[in-house]
Amino acid sequence: MKNPRLQRMLVTSASSLLAVFVALCICAVILLITGKDPIEAYRTLFGAAGETKVLQGALNRATPLMISAAAVAIGFKMNLFNIGVEGQMRVALLATAVAGAAVDLPAPLHILFCLVVAMASGAIWAGIAGWLKVKRGVNEVISTIMLNFVALSLVAWAFDSFFRAESTTGSLLVKTKELPTSAWFPDIVDRRLNGMFFVAILVLVLFYVLVWKTKFGFQLRASGANAGASRVTGVNPKRMVMISMLLSGALAGLVGMRALLGDVHAYQNNLAEQQGFNGIAVALLGRNHPLGIFISALLFGYLGEASGRLQLIDIPKEITTIMTGIIVLAVVIINEAVKRWDDRRIQHKAALALESAAVPA
Amino acid sequence: MKFFKSLTTGQRTIALSLGFMLVLSIVRLFTNADDITSSGTLSSTLRVATPILLAGLAGVWAERVGIVNIGIEGMMIVGTWFGAYGAWKWGSWAGIALAIFAGSLVGLLHALATVRFNVNHVVSGIAINILAAGATEYLSIIFFKGQKGGGESQSPAGKGGYGEFDMPFLSGGRIGSWRSPDILGWLEKKHDLPLLPDLAGVLRGLVSDIYVPTIVAIALVPITAYILWRTRFGLRVRSSGESPQAGESLGVSINRLRYQAMAISGGLAAFGGAYLSCVFTSTYRQGQTGGQGYIGLATTIFGNWTPFGVFRGAILFGFPSALKFRDEKNVPALLLVIAVILVALGIVSAMKNKQILTMGLFIGSAISAATYFLVDDVPQEFVAATPYIVTILVLAGAQQQLRPPAYAGIPYRAGENH
Repeated sequence: MKNPRLQRMLVTSASSLLAVFVALCICAVILLITGKDPIEAYRTLFGAAGETKVLQGALNRATPLMISAAAVAIGFKMNLFNIGVEGQMRVALLATAVAGAAVDLPAPLHILFCLVVAMASGAIWAGIAGWLKVKRGVNEVISTIMLNFVALSLVAWAFDSFFRAESTTGSLLVKTKELPTSAWFPDIVDRRLNGMFFVAILVLVLFYVLVWKTKFGFQLRASGANAGASRVTGVNPKRMVMISMLLSGALAGLVGMRALLGDVHAYQNNLAEQQGFNGIAVALLGRNHPLGIFISALLFGYLGEASGRLQLIDIPKEITTIMTGIIVLAVVIINEAVKRWDDRRIQHKAALALESAAVPA
Repeated sequence: MKFFKSLTTGQRTIALSLGFMLVLSIVRLFTNADDITSSGTLSSTLRVATPILLAGLAGVWAERVGIVNIGIEGMMIVGTWFGAYGAWKWGSWAGIALAIFAGSLVGLLHALATVRFNVNHVVSGIAINILAAGATEYLSIIFFKGQKGGGESQSPAGKGGYGEFDMPFLSGGRIGSWRSPDILGWLEKKHDLPLLPDLAGVLRGLVSDIYVPTIVAIALVPITAYILWRTRFGLRVRSSGESPQAGESLGVSINRLRYQAMAISGGLAAFGGAYLSCVFTSTYRQGQTGGQGYIGLATTIFGNWTPFGVFRGAILFGFPSALKFRDEKNVPALLLVIAVILVALGIVSAMKNKQILTMGLFIGSAISAATYFLVDDVPQEFVAATPYIVTILVLAGAQQQLRPPAYAGIPYRAGENH
């Protein structure tokens, strides 16, 4: 326990666990007040954990969450708040659905092509916010919120006016032209777990290597922690803002690909809805660390998958949305409190060390 | 130019609005889109703009005290639900009161997180939005499902109305049982004249068919301005947003102020939500706010963090939607209006020797005019996206003119940073 890095890691994971526990307690109170039995609710909710089907579904739901959380986290590392993952994802979804259906390539290349298109279009949309920040000094929180709505309208309009295809199956749901099978991302478990799961893992690994093991990552973190100081060492903060925004947008472009390439195979309204937005909660709970993101994404994926069970015992599944909100609030509050406590602990230790060093002299 | 600068702010506003009316009038005569200045359009603009206005005022209160409020949307959602619940149980005004109360509590929650626990303001706002959406959906299933007229995502209809108001003499309101003449209405029908019917239409829109809650909301604009700029409490609120250390050093309890202002902010946002679920319609529906809280946030910025600026922004952002509600055919005429305004701005910037800006404005104007002649109808999505695009353009182009509270969003703890 002497290792300070290990200590810090233990402290952070303990505080995240505490946040989840607090959220569970508050939700139990809400359930009690509204006349539901919390013990029965949680037994149903977490009792499903033993079933393979539910676990596969949870992993499948965790896939886009991991990627969108990584997209948010890479911004956070640079002190940027990219709330625009949802909009960037939406732009990328339509662009990829259209471009992917227009070309004819052998299977692995076709998928690769789609992924590249998704990343490029997501990066372009995020690049607008990056450009506004670098060139015009516009706060990225505001610009990405506004761009989310612009993206929503723009994509809805473009889809409605140019890209809707006549339905062949007589289904009422309007879609774009279906992607050829060569662009379908294969399932690991048929219709339950899509192969994009491995892409998400790969994204998290690359995220770790890039941010913690490369010179660029060091500059990114340094620039985020103290832009002025790192500028003195020759890191151009504007360049870092632009690059991290583009990277974040490129990842955001991948968020919807499990739904597009692995499930529906065409663009439709509401496809992958909220998946970009939910990444913010996952990134906050996971403390912007790949391992934390992985675990949090699994938790949220599981909650989403198992929440349907609650309805069987007449409890609205929306309690899990409330839980998500409370987790986000609790995790940041507890982090702040723990950080203060930790700072004091370190200060205290340093003071003691100074005293004992001063006595012999 | 010199003449314009010699005018007072009030005179400038009047001159600019007269100029704007003239543009509208010319476009109306040219396109026969009579509805763009009709009293009906103006009164529906007010209805559409009221929730945006209230959300924008919520943003002003929050940011002036130094707290960034992304949670306005969530506070509005809470307002829609509790407004509908109150109206269903006890009647219309009780609904609005309940909504304001619930919204204040949410505002206090945001203050608790940001002031007491020093949480990042944006994170806390996002959490509130998630919480509000989840909580209202949950509560709907518990309270509205299975009730007459209600359902999983919809409330039963509220009881009682709010009363509408017509001004006597100007728009044919009643005094006792005697119906006064409708002077503006008569003038408005003289469509062949320039300017006069437009002015009459706009004025009549402002004084006819107005719901009482709209009047309350509009009255809150000068009230907010008065409190923030003419009272001791307001001065302290603003000091908290500009330089909390300075306020603190003079003995002002910044933290208490922030709680108070956030309660007001939450109440205003929830009032805006309740307007949607009680006044504009009579039921709560899931997703009813549809991002209007964010439009409110946009008007806060567009209005330069002032109540009157927010009012202007709300009218501007509400106008295209209102026009769309009444008759889609009128929306393209707005393109011509935009074109004319861009030309005017271009001439002004040419006089200031800003070549690139001038060129951009003229090109924009040409595109806008060309679009008018080429397309028959403006897609709904463009109308919906306008407030957001305008806000981005204002932020990108007029940053120098914007003056946000200096300390909004910056972590502050009482007793530190001295």
